This record gives sequence, C-alpha cells and structure tokens, in this order.
Amino acid sequence: MNLRRLFLIATPYAWLLFFFLIPFGIVFKIALSDYAISIPPYTPTLDLSQGWAGIREFLDGLDFENFTFLASDALYIKAYLSSLKIAAISTAITLLVAYPIAYGMAQAPDEWRPTLMMLVILPFWTSFLIRIYAWIGILSGEGFLNQFLMWTGITSQPLTILNTNTAVYIGIVYAYLPFMILPIYAALEKLDISLIEAAEDLGCTRIQAFWLVTFPLSRPGVIAGCFLVFIPALGEFVIPSILGGNETLMIGKTLYDEFFANRDWPVASAVAVVLLLLLIVPIILFQRNEQKQREAGL
Amino acid sequence: MNRRFSWFNATSLTLGFAFLYLPMVILVIFSFNASKLVTVWAGFSTRWYGELLTNQAFLDAAWVTLKVAVLSSTLATILGTMAAYVLVRAGRFTGRTLFSGMVYAPIVMPEVITGLAMLLLFISIGLDRGVTTIVLAHTTFTMCFVSVVVSSRLVTFDKSLEEAALDLGCTPFDAFRSVTLPIIAPAVISGWLLAFTLSLDDLVIASFAAGPSSTTLPMKIFSSVRLGVSPEINALSTIMIGIVTVGVVTASLLSKRSIARQRAEEQAAVRTT
Repeated sequence: MNLRRLFLIATPYAWLLFFFLIPFGIVFKIALSDYAISIPPYTPTLDLSQGWAGIREFLDGLDFENFTFLASDALYIKAYLSSLKIAAISTAITLLVAYPIAYGMAQAPDEWRPTLMMLVILPFWTSFLIRIYAWIGILSGEGFLNQFLMWTGITSQPLTILNTNTAVYIGIVYAYLPFMILPIYAALEKLDISLIEAAEDLGCTRIQAFWLVTFPLSRPGVIAGCFLVFIPALGEFVIPSILGGNETLMIGKTLYDEFFANRDWPVASAVAVVLLLLLIVPIILFQRNEQKQREAGL
Repeated sequence: MNRRFSWFNATSLTLGFAFLYLPMVILVIFSFNASKLVTVWAGFSTRWYGELLTNQAFLDAAWVTLKVAVLSSTLATILGTMAAYVLVRAGRFTGRTLFSGMVYAPIVMPEVITGLAMLLLFISIGLDRGVTTIVLAHTTFTMCFVSVVVSSRLVTFDKSLEEAALDLGCTPFDAFRSVTLPIIAPAVISGWLLAFTLSLDDLVIASFAAGPSSTTLPMKIFSSVRLGVSPEINALSTIMIGIVTVGVVTASLLSKRSIARQRAEEQAAVRTT
C-alpha cells in the first residue's frame, strides 16, 4: 500500500470518524449522564488528569436513568407514537398523490420527459423552509384556501387548518412529493409496454391490467419512495414547528425543545438515541430493498 | 413505456404540478404586493425589496450564509470526491464497511440528531461556536451527498481508460487529473451545487452549530416566520427562488451540452481506433 493511496483513504475516513462517529459516541455518553446546573450542563465529566481513578469515577456516574425517565413519562411515548403515526399516514397520502403523477410522466411523449423531470426536481433545489413557509399564507384563517372556499360558497366560516395536524400532513406531502415521484417514475419508465398489451389481448380490462401487471412491476419504486418519505418524515422538525400546533407532537420537535428550551442535554441525547433506534429498522429494510434491486438489475 | 396519453394522465399531471408550484407562485406574486396585509392584494409595488435591502440584520445573515455555503461546499466537494473515489476504486481495505456506512448514514440521519451530535462534539473539544463550526458541520453532512453523486458517475465510466493512461506512462495522479477528472467533472460540479444549496437551506444543523454571534439566513427566516407571514420574507424568498431557478436551468443546459459533446468525442475516438 503506497503513501498516496493511504492519504486518499485516510483523509475522508479521518474526517468522518472525527465529525460523525465520535459525536455519536458523545451523544450516547451524555444520554447516560445526569442533568446538572453547571457548564456543560451534565455530570459526570471525564477528567483524564486523574488517571484511572478519574475514569472509574466517570464510569460509575453513568446510568440508564434518562431512558427509564423516557419510558415512564407519557409525553415522550406519545411523541414517539404520534411521530410514527404522522409519518405513516403522510407516506400513504404521498403515495396516493405521487403515483398518478409518476404514471402520467411515464405515459407522456418522449420529448416532454426531460422538462417534466426538471419540473419535479426543481422544487427539491428550492429552499425547504421557504416552501413550507409558503403554506402559512394559504392555510391561515384569512388565507387563500379559506378565501377560495368562502368565495365558492363551500364553507361560510373560515376553516381552521393552520396549526393543526392536517397542516402538518399537507406540509409533509408537499415537501416530500418529489422523493416519491422519482423512484416510481423510474420503475414505470422501464416497464415493457408489450406486457400490458399482452394482458389486454388476453382479456384484461385496462384497470385489471393495471392491477395485475403495471402496479406489481412498479412495486420496487413504490417501496423505495415510501422509505424515502417515511424516514425523513419521522424525525421532521421544520414542518411541525411551522405548520403544526399545540396538538402536534413530533419527536424531532420534542428533542429540539428539550435541548434549547429546557436545556436538558442528557434527556435530549436520550431522545436522540431512541429516535435512532426507531430509525434503524426502516433504514436496514431500505438498504436491503436497494441491494435486492441492484442484484436483480445485474 | 409510453402510449395513449389519456385525459386521466393529463389531469393528474396538471393537478400534480399545480400542487407543486401554486404555493410558490402565490408567494412570488404577493411579494410585489403594496399592502402589509399579505393575503389581500393592494396593487403592485417593490417596496418590500427596498426595505429588505436596508435591513442590516438580514444582510448580515445573508453574508454569513453565503460565506458558510461557499467554504463548506468546496471542502465537501474535495472530501466527497475523495470518498467516492475510495468507495468505487480503492478496492478492499480494513474498515471499508465502516467507511461506506459513515458515508451513507448522514443522508438518512434526522437533522436534529446530526445537529445535536455536532454541537456536543464542539463543546467537548472546546471549540467556540461561530462560522467555523457551521462550516465544519455543513461540510460533514454535505460531503456525503457529493460522494453519492460522484460515485454514481464513477461506476458508469470505463476503468480501462484510466488503465490505458497508466500503461502509457502517467503517474496515478496525472491519470486522475487528465483522464478521470474531466470525465467526472459534471458530476463534481453538480455535487458542489447540491452541497451549496443544502448548506444555504439548512436550518436545523446550523441552529445547533451556530453561536449567538452568527446567524444564518434560514435561522433569521425561521425566527421571523414564527411571528407570522411578512411581506419582507416573501420578497427574500422570491429572490432565493429566482437564484435557484436560474442556477438549476443553466446547470441542466450546460450538462446537456457537455454530455452531447462527450458522446461525440467518445464516438470519434471509437471510429479512429
């Protein structure tokens, strides 16, 4: 192994070890510490100048108290469950909205497709914060949606949408729609049209052909899209804090408030550790799905 | 697949794109509203753009954001390209699994966790929070996106081109510079652009990594958004949407042209051999 190769591998490796892996070690450590009114606001702190005795004393100070606290406090359990629920429901809605769009793109004439692709990708490059912010003006009491609904006479009273869970669902669907459209479109685009024609020749109606041929063949894209929406939605912070209200409990927001408002670093770290554990299962499933796709593609 | 572009397809595309774009269109239109009431149209005016340009707090935040984005995306591009090269080309080495795990993990990690972890690191090594810490944090999470973009280009290009250069007497570095780099350049550039926009846009990680003295634009927007919609934020958003749109359209036109040129060159090379 020559020096150049070593340098090439070691530079990004060392960077990620120091700025990614070690910080997680610190999060775990602080999750086992106790809250203290000091700077930094937790105890024990590691004092290497005292040698082994210092390390022993440090290790003795660690415990799982924060995790038992999380498990015993209904607020945190509710926040985790409600994040799971919001993420699952909004993933399902996103799928229902995205599928017809991806299907339409796959059916569109060839010369339209690059433009359609760009139209899907462009919002992704636009500031996430601004796109969520744009919905405040639409959903608020005197917002455009209510103006429209009252103008058409569908409602006589303005609906309360902003600062409710409904607004959070709308925000998540809107923000993550491109993540769902792109993998489904990629799967549909590859689909061999003669399979559908064969199904129809054999007596399927269009709808039967869709359910028996098109949809099963697009399933890898659907699965990938669902993970791409569900995983980030679970830890979402910006959407619930801008569009959500008092009833909206999401764990990302709880963590942020615990840290910045309550300044309880050990509990915030414990919340982070549990969130990470919750995410590991979908992330591993997603990786396995991707792996399977790659192997099937070879 | 394509055939029979039905009315159903046309309707779902129209409604879908209306849903994606209407909120932004409304935002842009109402940034030119003369009234302070953001949902009632009172005539055309560029008043809010003027007020924005005299708002020192916003200008300062914009400057911090730009500095952070340029520095972190450049660092992230270098590190991310190296990481991609290691993953695709360096073969087996001890700890490769851990390395690829660390490259992909930040992409799926919730921002609140990454931000918290970064902050705890900075505090435990005694680094004062400010522009430097935001740059370090942004470099770390954006380099992973760069590495994904670059490695997807690296896997598709023919390794024998590099080997030919080496056989013809190039040093590995020369071969990288004169063969590999020109071929992956579009991916490296789009990686940089991606890192740049991610950094410009990031709220959560920056809030953790920033000290009290350094505020980025998203942080400033977030704190004023909590007080409700304001026409100044509409104006600011319009400027940012405009920059991104021009940037993305230009980049896609450029890459289309460079792909066409590259294909022509590759074909010419095949014909002469």
